[in-house]
Amino acid sequence: MAAAAHDSLTRARVRTAWLFLAPMLLVLAIVALWPLARTLLLSLTDASLGNAGAARFVGFENYLVKEDGVWYGLLADPLWWLALRNTLTFAFVSVAAEVVLGTLIALILNARFRFRGMMRAAVLVPWAIPTVVSAKMWAWMLHDQFGIVNDLLLRLGLIGAPLAWLANADLALWSVIAVDVWKTTPFVALLVLAALQMLPEDCYEAARVDGIHPVKVFFFVTLPLIRPALIVAVIFRFLDAMRVFDLVYVMTGNADATLTLSVHARQILVDFQDAGSGSAASVLLFVVIALLSVLCLLAMRGEVLGRRQ
Amino acid sequence: MMALARAVAFRLLVAALLAYLLFPFYYAVITSMKGGSAIFSVDYWPSQIDFSNYARIFSEQPFALNMLNSVLVAFAVVALSLLLGLTAAFSLGRIRFRGRNALLFAVLAVSMFPQVAVLSGMFELVRAFGLYNSLLSLVFSYMIFTLPFTVWVLTSFMRELPHEIEEAAIMDGAGPWTLVVRIFLPLLWPAMVTTGLLAFIVAWNEFLFALTFILSNEQRTVPVAIALITGGSEFELPWGGIMAASVTVTLPLIVLVLVFQRRLVAGLTAGAVKG
Amino acid sequence: MKWMPRVIGAILVLFSALAMVRPAASEQVEIAISCGAVGVELQLCSDAVRAWEQASGHRVRIVSTPNSSTERLALYQQVLAAGASDIDVLQIDVIWPGILAPHLVDLAPHVGGAAEQHFPNLIENDRIGGKLLALPWWTDAGVLYYRRDLLEKHGLAAPATWQEMTEVARAVQGAERAAGHRDLWGFVFQGRAYEGLTCNILEWVDSHGGGSFVADDGKVTIDNAAARSALALAASWIGDIAPRGVLNYDEEAARGVFQSGNAVFMRNWPYAWALAQGADSPVRGKVGVLALPRGTGENGKTSGTLGGWHLAVSRYSRHPKEAASLVTFLTSPAQQKIRAIRGAYNPTIPALYEDAEVLAANPFFGQLFDSFQNAVARPSSVTGVHYNRVSSAIWRAGHEILSGNAAADARLAALAVELNRIGRRGRW
Repeated sequence: MAAAAHDSLTRARVRTAWLFLAPMLLVLAIVALWPLARTLLLSLTDASLGNAGAARFVGFENYLVKEDGVWYGLLADPLWWLALRNTLTFAFVSVAAEVVLGTLIALILNARFRFRGMMRAAVLVPWAIPTVVSAKMWAWMLHDQFGIVNDLLLRLGLIGAPLAWLANADLALWSVIAVDVWKTTPFVALLVLAALQMLPEDCYEAARVDGIHPVKVFFFVTLPLIRPALIVAVIFRFLDAMRVFDLVYVMTGNADATLTLSVHARQILVDFQDAGSGSAASVLLFVVIALLSVLCLLAMRGEVLGRRQ
Repeated sequence: MMALARAVAFRLLVAALLAYLLFPFYYAVITSMKGGSAIFSVDYWPSQIDFSNYARIFSEQPFALNMLNSVLVAFAVVALSLLLGLTAAFSLGRIRFRGRNALLFAVLAVSMFPQVAVLSGMFELVRAFGLYNSLLSLVFSYMIFTLPFTVWVLTSFMRELPHEIEEAAIMDGAGPWTLVVRIFLPLLWPAMVTTGLLAFIVAWNEFLFALTFILSNEQRTVPVAIALITGGSEFELPWGGIMAASVTVTLPLIVLVLVFQRRLVAGLTAGAVKG
Repeated sequence: MKWMPRVIGAILVLFSALAMVRPAASEQVEIAISCGAVGVELQLCSDAVRAWEQASGHRVRIVSTPNSSTERLALYQQVLAAGASDIDVLQIDVIWPGILAPHLVDLAPHVGGAAEQHFPNLIENDRIGGKLLALPWWTDAGVLYYRRDLLEKHGLAAPATWQEMTEVARAVQGAERAAGHRDLWGFVFQGRAYEGLTCNILEWVDSHGGGSFVADDGKVTIDNAAARSALALAASWIGDIAPRGVLNYDEEAARGVFQSGNAVFMRNWPYAWALAQGADSPVRGKVGVLALPRGTGENGKTSGTLGGWHLAVSRYSRHPKEAASLVTFLTSPAQQKIRAIRGAYNPTIPALYEDAEVLAANPFFGQLFDSFQNAVARPSSVTGVHYNRVSSAIWRAGHEILSGNAAADARLAALAVELNRIGRRGRW
């Protein structure tokens, strides 16, 4: 009897759950389903941007096909693999740097000092400037001849001659990463700061009394406690970094040295008007991100998805 | 002596940090007061104080109207995503049912496609609903960016709240809607502010959709208005004007952050951390 | 007599009401045109459009589109692919008629003989598959800017060939650097991996007699000796007379170096002239403009890449006749003259280069007449919708050669293979 009552209660709860989910799912379905499904469908056709209607089904030819003993398609295109390598480098390096730097900034902001409120607002400024604008601004600051970065480094005697930050293939990707770090570190810093402020004071008191070195305290007490916050930050930063587009596009255009998967997909889709191949490139990017996300989520399963189940 | 040295070192660190974060913005401000050839010279201090670039962006196009449009769109996006996100987060965070994780992942998957791939399909949708050249098209299409994020963050916040909270209320016979509005909303308020601000910045800065779905100057939003600032000829980049516009656009966001910064930090604290 | 003003007022109201009603009775339509964004360009466009409204009784709405041509093209494609009638008259880049051909109206039946007054090469560019898809509005061509003062100071003559330019640049750069001007470079151009680099490469190759990548009959011609030596010469500039950063320069980045006095030569479009002569320009009064240098070899000639913007009518327009009439009006000699005088837009009508008022406003127009008339077109007509892919292959190859990552010989052979694949062996 009690079990039955519990069952019906559970059923009612589940009904409520779906009822409450319905508006969000409905809106998301309307907004996302058609555009995403369309991309998937187009990726299997030879559609051009101008006449998506008159497209012919070509199976997986946009992805990979062998004709007369030669492989064609995106997966046979060295440029795609170059873009994949650039994108992965960009995503891993920038997210890693943002986490380290963001934590450092958060630690500083967590200390008590005057103007802390102002400082916290200042931290957010890079993140609030429209990307298109800040990317162009950095491109100007990094200009090899009249950029302020070279000027500053020359004055300080750190470099002997102006560097071509965005033109030199060895420097360009790193320059773009540096700008991305500038732009999105605040996001990470804020999340970590919030985590730091939640930490119980007593741990620290105990540590101080015991005379443990602050660095040790950080690694053995603080870091494990702020781990969940870091993970949330990392997931969303990683998703964004893998899809990076406007920053790269504005700063270095379509140059090979910084070509990312999104820039590559856009070039095929918009510049070349090849809706079929461009959609395929987008789907491949989706697949890459999805695979990495699944791996990432599985690795941290306990902390992100089904905890307390 | 040691303490003094440490204090000085700390101040220096803070100053270095501030310089790193704010210098580009400072540079934008001084550039916005320059004109013509001056943009090609390196200056560390404002060489001239001249607000004509600011005057020009407001006189040459309906920039004030564009800002109003941006504000309207951003607030509508925030309100809608928070409402939808909150109810969804209640289900996903507080009720156990099958397929919950799959659903969460599906929601996340929506934000794994590059924006440019979604553009054409979204354009067709916007036209099909008759929203072309209307601000509603932006509110509608921005859901694809803000909903996944809002749902995820609010769900994780929701999950952290202890079970006892709702049990007492359920005993008192409170329905689910009452539960969400009366019990969870006040507790989640700081979290709402956080996610709301994030959604706001996304909507405020978005460019591609805003360019494609809106055709008349009076309906445009700010990032597109900035892209429409041109020089006297095809290739000339009116750098001073663009910087003036960017500074103008960033200021409201800074004010917003200053106003909400206490709540913002508190909001992030509530959910993402404990457990 | 108190009633007098009232009666007059009533009559005025009646008349103005009639005035408002009348055009509507004669089927007044509204045409939407995309031209410019803000600033001089928009002002000129809106003045011209008002004049047409007066003359025709129709109304015109101006749709502003972004200044960046890539963004503008993407927007057009989106709107046109949806068959939307929201823009009737499109301002299009000289290379777009081929790309947008399926969406444009044949203007030939609407414009009468108006096409004949323009430069023939421009009309050629706009004629695709026998249809006249656009009318030229203003034109552009790559030109060479140089520092007259520096050349005079070192007793050097203005160069006529690329080889001479290289030597002069090296000599001036060396002498000036020795004299303490450490930031000076010999030559800047557009070396970033984008459309502008294709324009620069076209000039180098064509001036050496190497053709324009793809011949008019569709044959891929890029892999030839003249092109190889042209690109080898260009590659030798990097790090020698051109800064390495030039590999990421667009028009404005190059102008920045030149206008702040740090370059002897610059390849750019005519727009830079007025700015270099601006009141606050450090090089004001020290600059000269030349046609681009000739290539060495017997087929050497001067060639500047053709640029500029044209007007076309969308196939989805509800009022193609009125739209075409607006296009004819805007591209007419009278309107182009106004634009040339007020905005220094280069006319597409040869007769205007002899017009005294136009020359008074733009003294260098006459000097560059040949550059405009003989400007070399990018292979956009023959490659049609494939043009952007072709151009991308070209600037990618060029960028690799300039960066020193590939030798001109091998890379051009590979480029030819690539272009043949894109163009299905010349069928396009």
